[in-house]
Amino acid sequence: MSARRRPRLAVWKFSSCDGCQLSLLDCEDELLALAGQVEIAYFQEATSATAGGRYDLSLVEGSVTTPGDAERIRKIRAASRRLVTIGACATSGGIQALRNSAGVEGFLEAVYAHPEYVATLATSTGIADHVPVDFELRGCPVDRHQLLEVISAFLAGRRPVVPTHSVCVDCKLAGTVCVMVARGTPCLGPVTQAGCGALCPAHARGCYGCFGPAETPNTAALAGRLAALGMPRPARERVFSTFNVNAPAFGPAAAGTGE
Amino acid sequence: MSSRIPLRTISVSALARVEGEGAMTVRVKDGKVDGVELRLYEPPRFFEGLLRGRSFTEPPDITARICGICPVAYQMTACRAIEDAAGVRVGGPLHELRRLLYCGEWIQSHALHIYLLHAPDFLGYAGAVEMAADHREAVERGLALKKVGNEIMKLLGGRPVHPVNVRVGGFYRVPAKATLRGLAPVLEAGLAAALETVSWAAGFDFPELDIESPLVALHDPDGYAIIDGRIVSSDGINASQAQFLEVFEEYQVQHSTALQSRIVGAGHYLCGPIARYSLNYAQLTPVAREAASAAGLGTSCRSLFRSIIVRAVEVVEACSQALGIIEGYEEPPMPAVPVDAAGLTGHACTEAPRGLLYHRYRIGDDGLIASAQITPPTSQNQAQIEHDLAAFVGRNLDLGVPELTLRCEQLIRSYDPCISCATHFLSLQVVGR
Ligand code: SF4
Ligand code: SF4
Repeated sequence: MSARRRPRLAVWKFSSCDGCQLSLLDCEDELLALAGQVEIAYFQEATSATAGGRYDLSLVEGSVTTPGDAERIRKIRAASRRLVTIGACATSGGIQALRNSAGVEGFLEAVYAHPEYVATLATSTGIADHVPVDFELRGCPVDRHQLLEVISAFLAGRRPVVPTHSVCVDCKLAGTVCVMVARGTPCLGPVTQAGCGALCPAHARGCYGCFGPAETPNTAALAGRLAALGMPRPARERVFSTFNVNAPAFGPAAAGTGE
Repeated sequence: MSSRIPLRTISVSALARVEGEGAMTVRVKDGKVDGVELRLYEPPRFFEGLLRGRSFTEPPDITARICGICPVAYQMTACRAIEDAAGVRVGGPLHELRRLLYCGEWIQSHALHIYLLHAPDFLGYAGAVEMAADHREAVERGLALKKVGNEIMKLLGGRPVHPVNVRVGGFYRVPAKATLRGLAPVLEAGLAAALETVSWAAGFDFPELDIESPLVALHDPDGYAIIDGRIVSSDGINASQAQFLEVFEEYQVQHSTALQSRIVGAGHYLCGPIARYSLNYAQLTPVAREAASAAGLGTSCRSLFRSIIVRAVEVVEACSQALGIIEGYEEPPMPAVPVDAAGLTGHACTEAPRGLLYHRYRIGDDGLIASAQITPPTSQNQAQIEHDLAAFVGRNLDLGVPELTLRCEQLIRSYDPCISCATHFLSLQVVGR
């Protein structure tokens, strides 16, 4: 028996909604084929079998929000040949990173009987803030086609082909009429990375930035445009403060959506 | 011969095949159950805190991120609570489209649970991939069924996880009649697969454990409750959605990051498929009722381990409701009705796949959310799960520890606890800055 060893895949969860892992289980047509090509060595949501040792590819979902998790990600990194983050939580801290700038005190007005029962950090941070990461896949949630591309690429030992241009380009490719030009609907498409297939404009709404900043986004110019469309400053701050609030370019944009 | 060890602990440090992170310990002393802990250690994500100061138009997108498996439940409950504040009732085709989207989520979530999370327990596998080696056809049927739910979510919502097309008041864009009709063959195939699922699941071996606690669900006289109805129980509760907080109260326990819930003046209760089925049997569409009786279910079911059959019956129900909606659909004149909820408070409950979900929003005069409360199904079922673990272990002490441990995991998975949802609820003191 000298069959080539199947690459060992692990899927890890940190603070998250499970949506990005679920995007993997949503690959209904490809799942069993994929399972035949890799050894699923760790995937808590899918199997109770767990195999220790080293992993060829670790997919990490979720952000680091507890002291224990900061420790756990270091162990996972040490045991993984390649480590890829999946989704906005793992890549930029996710929506739970709103606590970072808001100051958690703002969330703690309600009186709880026993706050001492749980330890949690004052920040929610992406995985790359803690350990080196080989690739970051954007999206809240990730797009399952991109996810399959990333897995295949790493298993084949090549870089994944994932565009870094903005949602606007995909709207043009799809022939979707610009919601901002045609209807004056505020849209983050110009500064948001493509990958979703320009879903929101296709549904007659503005992009709300769930894939995070595109390469070299001009957030200041967009903030000015949003202001011209009549969006008041607090609302402009809020649009940059959602699922990627902690991403470089969106966080500062939220704070500086100047006049 | 069983040899009774005076002190032992049945424990699972990380529950597999559930959504989110949890653990379980049952301590046995002198042949009696001495303590049970279902520990949900998923870190809190502070959703109720971070909703404060957001516009009342934002909760559908934000609360979707509480749970990747039931985002529509959060979107629908948020929309309806905010519309309740504004005194707006979204009816007609928009309500029907919401029900259709919710049916998609029920199909997807239940199929995931039945085939990928729960069936491996009954057939003795670590997971569906392992199970596929011997039961390829069943796993493929499960994946195809799950895809039927996802197709509905994709068509109406844009994507299955965190749909983009839902807004307060309705949708951003509604489908054309012909587009929606195009789903009919997909749903017919789904219905057939769902019926096969019911008979497949009915053939499993079921450990016995009957739920004696009150069952709680929505009840909608017009049809099997999904998105609307009054809160009813097997013990006579009959309350409006706005009375949720008068009927139930939450409390904190040391071993869990999620609050637990009880009926005021009574105690733990069960919500979810078994409760819905038992309280709403008469509203099932005929095809679902026939499937249930062929599977040996009566007009109510209190057998916890049979919840997998009840879920399968609910998939039949969801496919059949969805087909009806598609047939009767007429395009509404507008994709959404206008809503202004400034300065008001609203409540809503809907039936998430895992059970009753409650949202309440207080909205300031500036249109920003002043406070939010969200009570997900797993918070409500936690105390019931602990109670059932104690009862089950107490009655099965003759089983060896490994066997008993497996059965306890299977029991917990019978609830399909959604731990990611359960724990966002609690905002806790932050330490270790
Ligand atoms: S990135 Fe979004 S979809 Fe993915 S786990 Fe985080 S909240 Fe869920
Ligand atoms: S258009 Fe923007 S907000 Fe919408 S799905 Fe795509 S990246 Fe996310």
